[in-house]
Amino acid sequence: MSQTGTGTGTHEATAAASRVFEGAARRELDAILKKYPTAQSALLPALWIVQERQGWVSPGAMAEVAEVLGLTVAYVKGVVTFYTLYHQHPVGKHFAQVCTTSPCNLCGAEGVVAALLTATGCKRLGETSPDGLWTVVEAECLGACGFATPVLIDDDLIESVTAESVPALVARYR
Amino acid sequence: MGYPHPSHPRETVILSRHFGDAEARSLTLWMKRGGYQALEKALGMSRDQVIEEVKASLVRGRGGAGFPAGVKWGFMPKQKTKPHYLCVNADEGEPGTFKDRELLRWTPHALIEGSAICAYAIQAEQVFIYVRGEFTEPIRVLQAALDEAYARGLLGPNVLGRGVRIDMTIHRGAGAYICGEETALMNSIEGKRGNPRIKPPFPAAAGLWGCPTTINNVETLCAVPHILLRGAGWYKGLSLSNPKSTGTKLFSVCGAIANPGNYEVTMGFPLKDLLYDLAGGIRGGRTLKAVQPGGSSVPFITAEEADATILDYEGCAAMGTQLGSGGMIVYDDATDIVYQVMRLAQFYAHESCAQCTQCREGTAWTTKILQRMLRGEGRMEDLDLLFDLGEQMTGKTICVLSDSCAAAVVSAIRKFRPDFEAYIRSGRAVPA
Amino acid sequence: MSDLVTLTIDGREVQVPPGTMVLEAAKLAGVLVPHYCYHPSLPVAGVCRMCLVEVAGSAKLAAACATPVAPGMAVSVSGAQAKAARQGVLEFLLINHPLDCPVCDQAGECELQDYTFQEGRSGTRYGSFAKRYNPVEDFGPDVLYVPNRCILCTRCVRFMEHVAEAPVLNVSERGDRAYIGIDAGHKLEHPWSGNVVDLCPVGSLISKDFLHKARAWDLDKTASVCTGCTQGCSVTLETRDNMVVRVRPRPNPEVNRHFICDRGRLDYHWMNRSDRIETPLVRKDGRLAAVSWEEALGQMADLLRSAKAPWVGLVSPGVSSEALEGAARLLALGKGTGAFRVPQGEEAPLAGVPDLALRADRAPNVQGAEAAGFDRDWPGAVARTRSAGLVVVLGEALDGVEAPAAGVPVLYIGTALPEAARGAAVVLPCASVAEEEGSFVNLRGRRQPYYQAKAAPGMARPAAWILEEVLAMLGAGAGVAA
Repeated sequence: MSQTGTGTGTHEATAAASRVFEGAARRELDAILKKYPTAQSALLPALWIVQERQGWVSPGAMAEVAEVLGLTVAYVKGVVTFYTLYHQHPVGKHFAQVCTTSPCNLCGAEGVVAALLTATGCKRLGETSPDGLWTVVEAECLGACGFATPVLIDDDLIESVTAESVPALVARYR
Repeated sequence: MGYPHPSHPRETVILSRHFGDAEARSLTLWMKRGGYQALEKALGMSRDQVIEEVKASLVRGRGGAGFPAGVKWGFMPKQKTKPHYLCVNADEGEPGTFKDRELLRWTPHALIEGSAICAYAIQAEQVFIYVRGEFTEPIRVLQAALDEAYARGLLGPNVLGRGVRIDMTIHRGAGAYICGEETALMNSIEGKRGNPRIKPPFPAAAGLWGCPTTINNVETLCAVPHILLRGAGWYKGLSLSNPKSTGTKLFSVCGAIANPGNYEVTMGFPLKDLLYDLAGGIRGGRTLKAVQPGGSSVPFITAEEADATILDYEGCAAMGTQLGSGGMIVYDDATDIVYQVMRLAQFYAHESCAQCTQCREGTAWTTKILQRMLRGEGRMEDLDLLFDLGEQMTGKTICVLSDSCAAAVVSAIRKFRPDFEAYIRSGRAVPA
Repeated sequence: MSDLVTLTIDGREVQVPPGTMVLEAAKLAGVLVPHYCYHPSLPVAGVCRMCLVEVAGSAKLAAACATPVAPGMAVSVSGAQAKAARQGVLEFLLINHPLDCPVCDQAGECELQDYTFQEGRSGTRYGSFAKRYNPVEDFGPDVLYVPNRCILCTRCVRFMEHVAEAPVLNVSERGDRAYIGIDAGHKLEHPWSGNVVDLCPVGSLISKDFLHKARAWDLDKTASVCTGCTQGCSVTLETRDNMVVRVRPRPNPEVNRHFICDRGRLDYHWMNRSDRIETPLVRKDGRLAAVSWEEALGQMADLLRSAKAPWVGLVSPGVSSEALEGAARLLALGKGTGAFRVPQGEEAPLAGVPDLALRADRAPNVQGAEAAGFDRDWPGAVARTRSAGLVVVLGEALDGVEAPAAGVPVLYIGTALPEAARGAAVVLPCASVAEEEGSFVNLRGRRQPYYQAKAAPGMARPAAWILEEVLAMLGAGAGVAA
C-alpha cells in the first residue's frame, strides 16, 4: 500500500529547488523555535512548513531543514520516512486519502477507493493521474469511523463518502 | 450525543452537551455557558487540593489504559527542580475511536480549560497538545480557541491575573498511530522517530527532554472542569456497576450499526442497551456477530457475550475483553471476519515502529498468513501457528502494539473458528 | 561493600553495584544472556528482545539489558519461558533473513548462526512467502550494507550517533520495511566508522577489504597493539596462511574500549609485503653478500670494535621498546645518541570516548623511543652522520635521506633494504612487529605487549634479539643463544 505517491505529479519539482526558510516561512519557524528547548523539536513543524510551501519534502528541502536546525540530513531523512503524511515524491494537485481500516471497511470503503480511482483517472493507488490533478492512496484509521467512509482531500476531511457520491465530490475539486 | 444525531434520553450528556453547536466554539459563548469557572476555582485552590479532588473522583484515563488520572498527576515531583510538562494526547488513532475529534472540534475550550487546570496542579508552565496530522479541522478550531484564550488572559504569562504562567502549543503529528503511545508521543514532540521508550523511567520522572511530564487523553482532561465544579463526589456517583469505574464515557459506535456516532453514557451501562436502544441496533435488519468494545486492540466478543457485557473497566475485563478507548466496532452476521481480522493485522503491520523483533516481523507475518488463507491456500496448521505467533507477540515488547495485533487475531480465531476453518477448507467465507 | 546488591542468576549468586543491568550481572556470574542490540560501549536500546529473562515473582519476562538488579532478585536465563522467547525471536529474525551463510563473510563468527544453532528451531514455518528484498548498498570507503541480512539491532546507528557523534546513519521507514539508511550524497567517511562492521552481529555491514578473503574458522588470532599512531589501541591480528588478513579491535577499557579507527583497521597490508631482507648481508668485494648469522654477527663485532666515537643512531618509533633500549645501549658504547622522526597526520578523536583519538604522531612507540633516550631532532642526527664513526639504523626506511658519506660505516637493521642503505657494511634482517613479541609505550606512558602473529620470513629475527646478540658479542650484554 503506497502512502506517499510515486513522483509522477506535476507539483513543482522545480519549486523544490528554491529555499523554503526565507521571509515569512523563516519567521514562522523562528516563532516555533521559541516554544521548544531544542532546535530538533521543531523538526516536525519545519517539515510541515516545507510541505505546505512546496507540496512535498524534497531531498533539497531535507538538506535545508537539516542545515537550519543543526541536524544531519540522514537524521532528517530517518524522521521523514517514519511519518506517512510527508510526501517523499511530488504528488498530484489534490492528495486523497481513503480510510480502509476495518470499521470503514465494513462500510464500503473499498468501493469508495475503486470509485475514486475511476473518477480521478488514477491508474493505481499512489500514482498521480495523467492530468496531474490527483493522487489517491489508502490510509489507516482517520479517526472518523462514525462517518464512514471518510476521505481526507488535502486539508478537507469529507465525511460519509459513498461510491455513489464520489464523482460529484471529485468534480468539486476541478 | 454525537453529531449527527441528537442525544438519546438515556445518555448522560456532560462532555457532549455542545456537540453540533458551532457557537459553543467561541470563547464568549462558551463562557456564557459557564466555561472557565472551573479554572478560576482551581487557581483559588492549592495544587495539592486540585490533585486530591481529581484523585477522589476516581476518573481513569480515557485514552485506553484506564489508569487513575489523579494518581498519575500525583506522581509528578512536588519539588520542582526542572521544568514540568503536560502533554495532551490528541493523537486519536485507535481504529473505531472518533470521540476526541468531536471534543476538539466542538468543545476546544473544554480541553483548554481542563488542560490548564492540570498544568496548574502539576506545576507545568508548558502544555503541548499533540494532535494527529490528519485532524486538520480540529487543529484549525483548536488554534482559534487558543488564540482567543490567550487574548482573554486565560493562557499566557499571567493566567486570570493569578501570577501563574500556562502556555499551550499545538504540535502536529504526521501520520503514525504509534505516536498515540505516551512515550512515542514524547519522542515525536522532541523531533524524533515516534519510537516508544523503555519504562522505567516513567514520564513523571523523566519525560520530555528528561523532565517530569504527564500525558493525558483529551476526554480525560475534558472531564476535569466538571469534576472541579461539581465535585469529586458527584463524579464518583456516576457509576452504575463497579465503584472503581466512575463518570461518563463517550463510546464511538461504528461499523455495522444503524446509527453510528458518539454516545455518552454513565460507566457501567449495559452494552446491549447501547447497541440496540441508543444506537439503533444492527443496520439493514441484520444480526450482531461480534463486537470489539474498546477499539481494534481489544479482544473480540461474541453476540452472546456482548449481551451480557457491562461497559466499564471491570465489566469488560470480566468478559475477557477491555473497555480500552471505547471505540466500539460492531460486526454483523454478513461480516467476513477473516477478512476484517486480516485488515486489522495489516493495520498493525503498517504502524509498527520497527524497534522490536516480534512486532516488526510478527505483525507482517500474521498478515501474510491471513492473506494466504483468504486466497484459499490456508492450512489447518495456520491456526496453531497464529496462536503461537500471538503468544510470542504478547508481553515481550517495549509497547503493546504487537499485543494488540495478537489480541485481535487470537480472540477472533477462538471465538469464530468455524469462519477460519471454512476458508481453509473451501477457500471462501462462510455464507451469511 | 555493603552497597552491593546480591541476586541469583540461574542459581548462581553474584554481588554487583546498584544500577548494574541484569545482563552485566549475569556476565559476572558466568552466565551469557544471548543478545544482539546490547553492547557495553553503546547506550541501551532494548529492541532486539533477545535478552528476555525470567524474574521470579514477575509474570512478564524482563529485558536483561534494560533491567537494573534488585536485592534478592532470582533470574532464570535457562528457564523454559526464556528459552521459548529466544526461540521466538530467532524465528522472527530468520523469516526475512536470506540463506546466505555459504556466501556470507560473517559465517563462523555470526551471532545469529550461533544462537540459532544453540536454541533455534530446526526448520522454518514461514513456508513459501517471499522474503523482503533490498539491493546491497555501498556505504562508503570500506563498508558495504546488505539490507537483506540486517536484523535492525541499530548498533550501527547508535554508534555513529552517540559514540562518533556524527549521526549519518538512520533507521528509514517503519515496520518490516525498515532498513538502515545513509544520506544519499554522503559516504561513511568518518575516521572511526569502520567499527560498525565489528558491531554488526550479522553479515549485514561488512568490510570491502575483508570481503570473501577468508573464513572465520581459517583465522588465527593474536593479541597485538595497533601500529598506526601513539594511541596504542589493543587489536587482534588475524592471519591465514601466514598473511595478516584482518585487524580488529580488542576490548581495552582503559585505552580504546571496543574500537579502533579506520586507519588502524586497514593499514596492515605492509605486514604482508614480500620484498623483505631474508638473510644477514655483509659487504664482501664491494657487494652485499648473504651470510650466516654467526658470520654476520662476527663481522659486526669487528666493525664495532674498530669504529671511532661518536656513533649516531637513526631509529624508527615503530619498533619495539626492547629493540630501542638495545639500540640505545649499543650507541652508548660509542658515546652515541640518536633520533627518530614521526610521520604526522590530522588528529581524529572518537568524540564519545574520553581520551581516544587517531593521534597526530603516526607511530606506535614514540614514547618508547623517547624513554630509550632518542629525540626528535632528526635533521641534527642526519647531519651528524657525515662525521660519525658508525651509523646504526634501526627500522627506518630512510626515505628522503641521502646515503651516508662513503667511509662512514652503516649497520642497517630493518625489514626491507632501501636504496639509501645499499652502501651499508652490515645488513641484519629483522622481523616486523607482526612477527615478534615485544612492547610499545603509548602516549599516556602505558607499556603494552604485543605477540607474534606470523612467522618471520627467511632468517629474519626480532630486532631486540639482534641487538642483544650484538651487545653480547661485544661483551656488554647477556646475549640469547643463537
